[in-house]
Amino acid sequence: MTTLEAFARAKAEGRAALIPYLTAGFPSREGFLQAVKEVLPYADLLEIGLPYSDPLGDGPVIQRASEEALRKGMSVQGVLELFREVRALTEKPLFLMTYLNPVLAWGPERFFSLFKQAGATGLILPDLPPDEDPSLVRLAQEIGLETVFLLAPTSTDRRVETVVGYATGFIYAVSVTGVTGERERLPDEVRDLVRRIKARTSLPVAVGFGVSGRETAAQAAVADGVVVGSALVRALEGGRPLAPLLEEIRQGLMQKEPA
Amino acid sequence: MLRLPDFPLPDPRGRFGPYGGRYVPETLIPALEEVEAAYREAKKDPAFLAELEYYLKTFAGRPTPLYHARRLSEYWGGAQVYLKREDLLHTGAHKINNTLGQALLARRMGKKRVIAETGAGQHGVSVATVAALFGLECVVYMGEEDVRRQALNVFRMKLLGAEVRPVAAGSRTLKDATNEAIRDWLTHVRTTFYILGSVVGPHPYPMMVREFQSVIGEEVKGQSLELFGRYPDALIAAVGGGSNAIGLFAPFAYLPEKERPRLIGVEAAGEGLSTGRHAASIGAGKRGVLHGSYMYLLYDHDGQITPAHSVSAGLDYPGVGPEHSYYADQGIAEYAGVTDEEALEGFKLLARLEGIIPALESAHAIAHAAKVVPEMDKDQIVVINLSGRGDKDVTEVMRLLGGEL
Repeated sequence: MTTLEAFARAKAEGRAALIPYLTAGFPSREGFLQAVKEVLPYADLLEIGLPYSDPLGDGPVIQRASEEALRKGMSVQGVLELFREVRALTEKPLFLMTYLNPVLAWGPERFFSLFKQAGATGLILPDLPPDEDPSLVRLAQEIGLETVFLLAPTSTDRRVETVVGYATGFIYAVSVTGVTGERERLPDEVRDLVRRIKARTSLPVAVGFGVSGRETAAQAAVADGVVVGSALVRALEGGRPLAPLLEEIRQGLMQKEPA
Repeated sequence: MLRLPDFPLPDPRGRFGPYGGRYVPETLIPALEEVEAAYREAKKDPAFLAELEYYLKTFAGRPTPLYHARRLSEYWGGAQVYLKREDLLHTGAHKINNTLGQALLARRMGKKRVIAETGAGQHGVSVATVAALFGLECVVYMGEEDVRRQALNVFRMKLLGAEVRPVAAGSRTLKDATNEAIRDWLTHVRTTFYILGSVVGPHPYPMMVREFQSVIGEEVKGQSLELFGRYPDALIAAVGGGSNAIGLFAPFAYLPEKERPRLIGVEAAGEGLSTGRHAASIGAGKRGVLHGSYMYLLYDHDGQITPAHSVSAGLDYPGVGPEHSYYADQGIAEYAGVTDEEALEGFKLLARLEGIIPALESAHAIAHAAKVVPEMDKDQIVVINLSGRGDKDVTEVMRLLGGEL
């Protein structure tokens, strides 16, 4: 299933697409695979994080999960294996989220090719503004990976214009100024950001950061998709089942706030 | 009148050759563009420069002397050794050159809140000091491990009215404090100015910090012409992130090769490069991205950053600024390593022979000079950047030496 098809299917059902995020290797290798099985029935696309030592775009929940996964021995090789196993479970689009340095350490061509072969649909590198290294973006695209970039409430119209020019797959709209993590409510400017992005691209737009339950999901559902990360990872941390949370969020996606 | 010099690099995209750049989450890009525009404007504004000069002179204590270390020169029996006395500045190190500049810029941009990262606490104390001076709200991030080791500096910052936030993530040291400061900035980007302490981080920081610190090298130029009628033969400085070394080197680095002194940066080799417990990013690192900049770094086969180690907390950083990375590749400067043990010898030597207790960072430069100076001629001139004073390190050195001398 392509990314566009995944978004289109959700739209046909009258809701925004649900994109769960899970940190590879957290709470353990097996625990992660179990979590994938729990989220897949609800997921339209799936985002999998390769844990990194210095995740400066992430809040405390994902920081702790990344540290724990690394402590338990998760590695680039290990994440590649997990991608292959998840790919065997589903046809849905799978996005790799990590930071730039692991890519550089393995060599971009080798890194991108291996993840493509392991079943990745695309990648999200929060510390790579695309215009910093256009040739790296082109390389990923030539290898067949979609390149998703972030835009933030602080992004000027000129930035939006620049960044959408490099994006394939979808656009990741950050709902808040800040790091990943649950919020009680999303700022109203998220609606404006989504509007400003959609005025400049036909790609689907997904809102992420801060989605914690029904209300925030409904707020985020002004976009074509909603990413849920920290709330899921925190549930895993507490050993709680994921289905009730996903159920609640899915309901939020159905009753989006009036535009 | 003070001038913030122009240099041929970085290019408009913030690159020193391949190094530098702006590898940060998108939220920060507009803020970095704003800081850069404000800085470029301030740098040309005589009122800004006059105010910076006023505070450098009356508050920080510039210019600092270029002191002839006669006994040390005699002891080594080679070149004449001069010390650039940054240790005499207010707050005890070169850091204030930069924090004054950035705090004035923050004020000019209308930001009422400043944040900073600190390792040993020298940069933190310096930021807390200028925040008090200009009435700015100040939050300093410091790794839990460093909070424990540097209790005195934590208290100093609190005395100066700053809030110190311990960071429990990762290795609980400078790298993690920097991550947390960046996260704070991501969250409060509209109201907050990030005062970064070294020539690292995303563009324009490596450029801006260099220019505020280049007052060191500019003074050395003038003082050398006055004292010797020429430039020194060699300049030696310790390198962690690299701000004191860039401050000394940059005004000389872009001279034609024939006129350029030998530039020697000294990295912390910790317990030895072969042990893996060191902070020698150029000596033993690879190119990569951390804290927004492409530079030499310490990381493992998967790109995970590996903790740095040095007896000197100020050198305890797993990367080295993009401009140093460029100098190293181009052969503009050479980089050497000095172990903890050698640095302690340098520390004791300067105290005994010159009556100056250096910071452990600067002691690395002294220790390397001990290898270089004896090989030089008596009429040659070496300038060592004495970037900070050692009061902050006395307790730690006493512990390391077991109270015995």
